[in-house]
Amino acid sequence: MSFGLPPVLAYALRRLLQAVPVIILIMVATFLLLKLAPGDTVDALVGDMGGADAAYIARMRAEYGLDQPVWVQLWRYMAKLATFDLGWSFVYEQPVSVVLMDRLGTTLMLMAASLSLAFTLGIALGAIAARKAYSLTDNLISTLGLVFYATPSFFLSLLFIYLFSVKLGWLPVGGIKTIAGFYTGWDHVVDVALHLIMPTAALSLIYLSFYMRLMRATVLEVADLDFVRTARAKGAGEFRLMIHHIMRNALLPVITLLGLQFSTVLGGSVVVETIFTLPGLGQLASQSVVQRDMNTLMGIIFLCSIIVVVVNFLTDVLYARLDSRIELA
Amino acid sequence: MTTLDTDLAPAEPPRLIVFWRRYKRNRAALLGLALFVIVLLMALTAGIVDPGDPLRRAGAPLTPPLTDWATPLGTDQLGRDIFAGIFYGARISLMIGVVATLVAIGIGVLIGALAGYFGGWVDDVLMRVTEAFQTIPNFVLLLTLVAIMGSKIEWITLAIGIVSWTAPARMVRAEFMSLRGREFVDAARNLGVSNASIIFREILPNALPPIVVYASVLMALSILLESALAFLGLGDPNYASWGNMIGQGRSVLRTAAYCAVFPGIAIVLTVLSFSLVGEGLNDALNPRQKK
Repeated sequence: MSFGLPPVLAYALRRLLQAVPVIILIMVATFLLLKLAPGDTVDALVGDMGGADAAYIARMRAEYGLDQPVWVQLWRYMAKLATFDLGWSFVYEQPVSVVLMDRLGTTLMLMAASLSLAFTLGIALGAIAARKAYSLTDNLISTLGLVFYATPSFFLSLLFIYLFSVKLGWLPVGGIKTIAGFYTGWDHVVDVALHLIMPTAALSLIYLSFYMRLMRATVLEVADLDFVRTARAKGAGEFRLMIHHIMRNALLPVITLLGLQFSTVLGGSVVVETIFTLPGLGQLASQSVVQRDMNTLMGIIFLCSIIVVVVNFLTDVLYARLDSRIELA
Repeated sequence: MTTLDTDLAPAEPPRLIVFWRRYKRNRAALLGLALFVIVLLMALTAGIVDPGDPLRRAGAPLTPPLTDWATPLGTDQLGRDIFAGIFYGARISLMIGVVATLVAIGIGVLIGALAGYFGGWVDDVLMRVTEAFQTIPNFVLLLTLVAIMGSKIEWITLAIGIVSWTAPARMVRAEFMSLRGREFVDAARNLGVSNASIIFREILPNALPPIVVYASVLMALSILLESALAFLGLGDPNYASWGNMIGQGRSVLRTAAYCAVFPGIAIVLTVLSFSLVGEGLNDALNPRQKK
């Protein structure tokens, strides 16, 4: 079944074929679910206009195809979706795909920054805690992990804003760039980075604690295995032992968790983006719910599903690279 | 003949006592249990500590903490008592935590048991559904469900359960797949026990320990999800909720940070108590995992 393709490509093809039914299932279910909601787009638009007469409302419904039976609407939506046409956002008066692409960059930046921070700090602290297991350092790190885990991101965001924006005045309170700052080049990069520090920290700490705790547990487990003792007996230094022998194996479950949790992190960005008024997909999601912008909401769910599928694929590939016992099949 | 050496063994202590002995070995878990008891007492005594509606005006707006005995933790911008809000909030948090967890575990056990026990196409279909739920970011799904069903507390609780069942389903499925081939299951089947009986009476009790441990994680996550919803102003406006208090406190953060800080501490300690209790349960129920 590999058609002579390189294994990674053949695997990608198979995974794609598996993902398609899942995404179709998601979109059909979301579509039907949203049809259960009281009020449709026309109701929301008419409400915004301050009311309209029945004939006008009926004409609008007919124009948008909302007078058709649900099955016809579903079929039309799915047929358009098959060509990656996500429809029209009546709130933004733009195609949904344009609205989403405007927002995608901010969310991807926030995700990349948060997950890199959570992952690198998490595995480093977890490894240190495991090497010094049951010491004061370990207790300190483990306690910190428990507190991070228990602190909701929105509360952490407010604490950061209070401390770093209100009291110290170091960091901007929200937005992705200084309004009317008109920075270019390097100044623009620094400006955006400053705006992302607090959201990134607020979103990443809870995941940092997950990775740290898992890393600590797996390093403790791997450090007891025979091959580590063999390597040590052959004269490998403790540092080399940690990086080449223990970490490489202990990372596997952490990478699995990273892939599994990606969609949860994406969900967490809803709250963080809303607090820090970051113009990303998460903020768009909560606005679309309030404004009943169903096409945009469906578009967000579609785009997020695709991102999650791609990320899970990438973690699987990474997994196979790290552990040669695992084959992509 | 064989001697019945079981007659000679000393009587085993009751299971509950064994359980407690193992649990109390973990000192952090004891701390967690103490915190949990405090939150529980707060929830139970809310009506005695502050009879009446916690959302009513109890004093001058923005009274600072420790200045008035009637409102020891101060009041918010509408003059509502923060102390009372924290006690009543404990009720909502615990109730949502428990009920949403039961819903999630109920759905998870049903789907995981069917998928793991029957395998084949049943497993394929149910696992695709599980993957679909895992693919949508859970908070986006939660927002969508609340938008459809409305912000009544019953619906919010149900919605939180609906977005949280995938992990228990996978755990139950894995347990069932490893248990379905065991002798005691074959024995039951040969005796003509029905599938439903085998699933719920024979296999399920053996598959429960990891689920019980995971329940404490689920409770913590449910409380966090509800408080995030309430923070965004999408919770049930008729009940005092910690998340909602923090959301309201956001607008007076510059001048009266205590409005957000006290309920925030309440959430942190409650979630912490659940995770510590979870670790203790894990030590007590899966003693072999502990080194």
